Amino acid sequence: MTLEFTTIAPSELHAEMLRQKNEQKMDFLVNLIGMDWGEEGLGVIYMLESTETGETINIKTVAEDRQNPYIPTVSDLWQIANIYEREVYDFFGIKFLNHPDMRRIFLREDWVGYPLRKDDQTELLNKLRMSDAPLSDTTKEYFLTPDGKVAEKTNTVWGADEYVVNVGPQHPSTHGVLHMRASLDGEVVKRVGLVLGYIHRGVEKISESLTYPQLLALTDRLDYFSAMQNRHALCMCIEKAMGLEVSPRVQYIRTIMDELQRVASHLIYYACMTMDTGALTAFFYTFREREEICKIFEDNFGGRVIQNYNTIGGVMYDIQPDFAAEVKKVSANIRKRFHEYQDIYTGNIIAKNRMIGVGKISREDAISLGTTGPVGRASGWMNDVRRRHPYALYENVEFKDIIRTEGDTNARHWNRMEEILESLNIIDQLIDNIPEGEYQAKRKPIIKLPEGSYYQAVESSRGELGVFIESKGDKTPYRVHYRSSSLPLANAMDTACRGQKFADLIAIGASMDFVIPDIDR
Amino acid sequence: MFDFSIVSKWFHDLLTDFIPEWLVIGIECVIVLLFIIVLYAILAIALIYLERKICAFFQCRIGPNRVGKWGLLQVFADVFKMLSKEIIKMRQSDRMLHDMAPFFILTASFLTFSCIPWNKGLEILDFNVGIFFFIAVSGIGVIGILLAGWASHSKYPMIGAMRSGAQLISYELSIGMTMLTMLLLCGTMQLSEIVQQQADYGWNIVRGHVPAVLAFIIYLIAGNAECNRGPFDLPEAESELTAGYHTEYSGMGFGFFYLAEYLNLFICAAMAATIFLGGWAPLYFPGLDGFNTIMSYIPGFVWFFGKAFFVVFLLMWIRWTYPRLRIDQLLSLEWKYLMPISMFNIILMAIVVCFGLTL
Amino acid sequence: MALIKKPNIKSIPYEEFKDNETLEQMIDQLNENGTNVIVTTADQLMNWGRSNSVWPMNFGTSCCAIELMAMGAARFDMARFGFEVTRTSPRQADLILVCGTITYKMAPVLKRLYDQMADPKYVIAIGGCTCTGGPFTKSYHVVKGVDKILPVDVYVPGCPPRPEAFYYGMMQLQRKMKIENYFGTVNRKEIDAYKREEEKKEKEVINTEQEA
Repeated sequence: MTLEFTTIAPSELHAEMLRQKNEQKMDFLVNLIGMDWGEEGLGVIYMLESTETGETINIKTVAEDRQNPYIPTVSDLWQIANIYEREVYDFFGIKFLNHPDMRRIFLREDWVGYPLRKDDQTELLNKLRMSDAPLSDTTKEYFLTPDGKVAEKTNTVWGADEYVVNVGPQHPSTHGVLHMRASLDGEVVKRVGLVLGYIHRGVEKISESLTYPQLLALTDRLDYFSAMQNRHALCMCIEKAMGLEVSPRVQYIRTIMDELQRVASHLIYYACMTMDTGALTAFFYTFREREEICKIFEDNFGGRVIQNYNTIGGVMYDIQPDFAAEVKKVSANIRKRFHEYQDIYTGNIIAKNRMIGVGKISREDAISLGTTGPVGRASGWMNDVRRRHPYALYENVEFKDIIRTEGDTNARHWNRMEEILESLNIIDQLIDNIPEGEYQAKRKPIIKLPEGSYYQAVESSRGELGVFIESKGDKTPYRVHYRSSSLPLANAMDTACRGQKFADLIAIGASMDFVIPDIDR
Repeated sequence: MFDFSIVSKWFHDLLTDFIPEWLVIGIECVIVLLFIIVLYAILAIALIYLERKICAFFQCRIGPNRVGKWGLLQVFADVFKMLSKEIIKMRQSDRMLHDMAPFFILTASFLTFSCIPWNKGLEILDFNVGIFFFIAVSGIGVIGILLAGWASHSKYPMIGAMRSGAQLISYELSIGMTMLTMLLLCGTMQLSEIVQQQADYGWNIVRGHVPAVLAFIIYLIAGNAECNRGPFDLPEAESELTAGYHTEYSGMGFGFFYLAEYLNLFICAAMAATIFLGGWAPLYFPGLDGFNTIMSYIPGFVWFFGKAFFVVFLLMWIRWTYPRLRIDQLLSLEWKYLMPISMFNIILMAIVVCFGLTL
Repeated sequence: MALIKKPNIKSIPYEEFKDNETLEQMIDQLNENGTNVIVTTADQLMNWGRSNSVWPMNFGTSCCAIELMAMGAARFDMARFGFEVTRTSPRQADLILVCGTITYKMAPVLKRLYDQMADPKYVIAIGGCTCTGGPFTKSYHVVKGVDKILPVDVYVPGCPPRPEAFYYGMMQLQRKMKIENYFGTVNRKEIDAYKREEEKKEKEVINTEQEA
């Protein structure tokens, strides 16, 4: 099931993309992947999807000149392309023509070379530097002059008279090390810029030197609140490429674990949201229930946060005999205590005022920004991967689409709260029917994927998480790319925060619920 | 009811027999000063411990329990540590103002602290314009916070200080208004006199019924805001401004802010107890003579502390329940709701007093 | 005369801790210098205060930070030991728990945070990533062990370590704090070298500023 590509030359790319967007209604840019095909040149893969018809198309473009690769930007068509293209520029050095902001985004601005290029000497050129990372206020834009030459001009990002507050990289409410630069006018946020990469661990580059079973270890550590789902995505992607069918028992276990993980993640979301808006007691309420889920995880496979559970062709260990009983107990507990979360926080007039009508994202913006998951669904965009491209057992279970149209913090909050209940419903449908069978398929010790490109997405706790693998038939992948579910959410901060108060920036950030290692990879 | 002024008068007379009047007053001042400082420290430690335990119980936790029995020595450990921490001097800060800021806050809380009538005849500062003085000196604290924010030469403290300035100045109005309401009822500004009246005629909150209860609620809200405590802890909003105006303070500099925060909480509660709940006046029910006699055997300062800590508990309860407001919501709460209500309340109280509708 | 005694942690016997040898070696070194009884008693009081009031800084870069949150939450409740007040401002914190991978871009920031903390300050490296680089040792952007940039007091391996392991690490740190000298002598020689270097740098900065 390798992906089919339509190859388009860079010179015609922009016109074709415009046609795709306007005529074919390909309004959702799922993925934008930078590639290094060695001799062929550097290139970009675009994965497009139509939110109306559900059709998908994959487009590939190659810039042959390795020294000065230029590809026209599509950031004017999809807002999310802006940050994706900066990522590609950062890792591959592909310069996007007419892109307004060609700065590095993950690596330091004084970084030498482009690490994901196959011929890069990154480790030799870049030693640990203890000087403060430079943050430039200006940026370069490349454009074509009428006679076909590439010229550059300087754009100003942050003016000299702006009061720019750095939120992060060390800040209690960025949930890690996100660095947002907020331009303030009194308490009002004028705009927000992102500086990423403080936890960029180079997972995609490391992956290229690991065998497939070794790859699995890294996925858990990307989005640690969706550890189970991340690994599920990667396993499914490899299984799809191998043509391996997993047993129904494994499907059941994986689905239940995914949903448990989603519940745990949303419980933590609630804790962080309340803490960021100053309700310190509410924080403890959901952590209490999360500990119960952690205990189930721990009983079955030892890990609390990072489980290392899914493997290629199955799961690591069989479930414990009391698994079903324990899960039912926790599920009943959470339902019973669900009203407490509303009593202490959402039922409160202050919390309501802090959330309703704050940080609105319209449906068009949400699609253009690619904010999948509960955030997109709060803006009225049905983007659940479990519906769009069903996997595991999601075709066989019944679950409600939780969707709201307000697009504000309140909608995002309630979407997550209701998803907790919905996930418990899914678990309840499955928990009594786990079939007998083997928990791990037999496979050869060395895995080699057939040549081709593979993509598999799952609905992680915070949106579509996709794994893209390109294989050349070796035991190590040629290129691995993760479609981060959090990066679009962080990117949407600018749209959501404009004109809001500084305190709302924190609340909106919490309602987006991004996980930084997932953004930075 | 035991009158403490007998003791102080006896002591004063005793000394004047031996030494000249001016020296006696000097000695007494020193004793009073020591008394204030010791009480201040003890109260701060008790309050910090209480806050930790109470918040732990609200949050299904245990709270400190390793250092000493039930964690009783926890705060002492914190104090020792804080005393031995380095005080960081920053190159770019305004050194003098930076060092001065905590003392402004301490001064404000010391001065307000000395207005409180602890027991019958046990007051330190007792003017005929006591309440006026109280409101005036509590305003000094704003200067400390603004200075701390300004002198730190850093963006977060600056935002915190500006928020704090806006907040304190606004809520001071409500406090003034509610106190004015109660003054209408009492007819005096002298704090000892106010409490004496309540001991004679019943607590103000009962005597003034509807307007007094309204004033009490407004006072609690505004007082909470005045202490910079949740849900009005915007100046030091942890999740937004790291630590607000005292972000750049380390060691005892921060320790002073920390102490003052808790003392302000106590002062706010003590004032509520004095003005609304009858200060050291015991609980009397007209008609129940036996009960009233037993009540009057309990010393006045026990009543006072009981009431004050009850209000402290209320304020802690609020702090650990509500999420934080946003700055515009905070200001609109004050200017659009509390202020008009308290103005209306003054008129209501005037009517009540004029027509003799008090209970 | 051995004035500094073996540190004692409430309700856990001395023998149950691992790596007592290092601790005893430290005690011996400190005792060699010799101090008088009064100073030692004062020291003990100070150390009691310090070791029972370790305020950690709210710092975390990845997965381990979640276990730090769990440690603060109801089931594990770190307030019991006096680690209660997680300060968000480095100036007011005593301890930095380095939770999660430190990358090249983060390293200067972490160093700055450490410099902003007031003395005495302590560092605990939490998790495999901070101890050695963990699963990311092959990466081009990960610092292989946070001890390359900070003087680490205690290492807590794990991926992520359980909250109990956090406690174990914190208690090891408490033991270390309990044998320190506050009045007079020097505790940790390696830190001094570090400090000297820092002071030299600072002087340079001041000089250049004055010249300008």
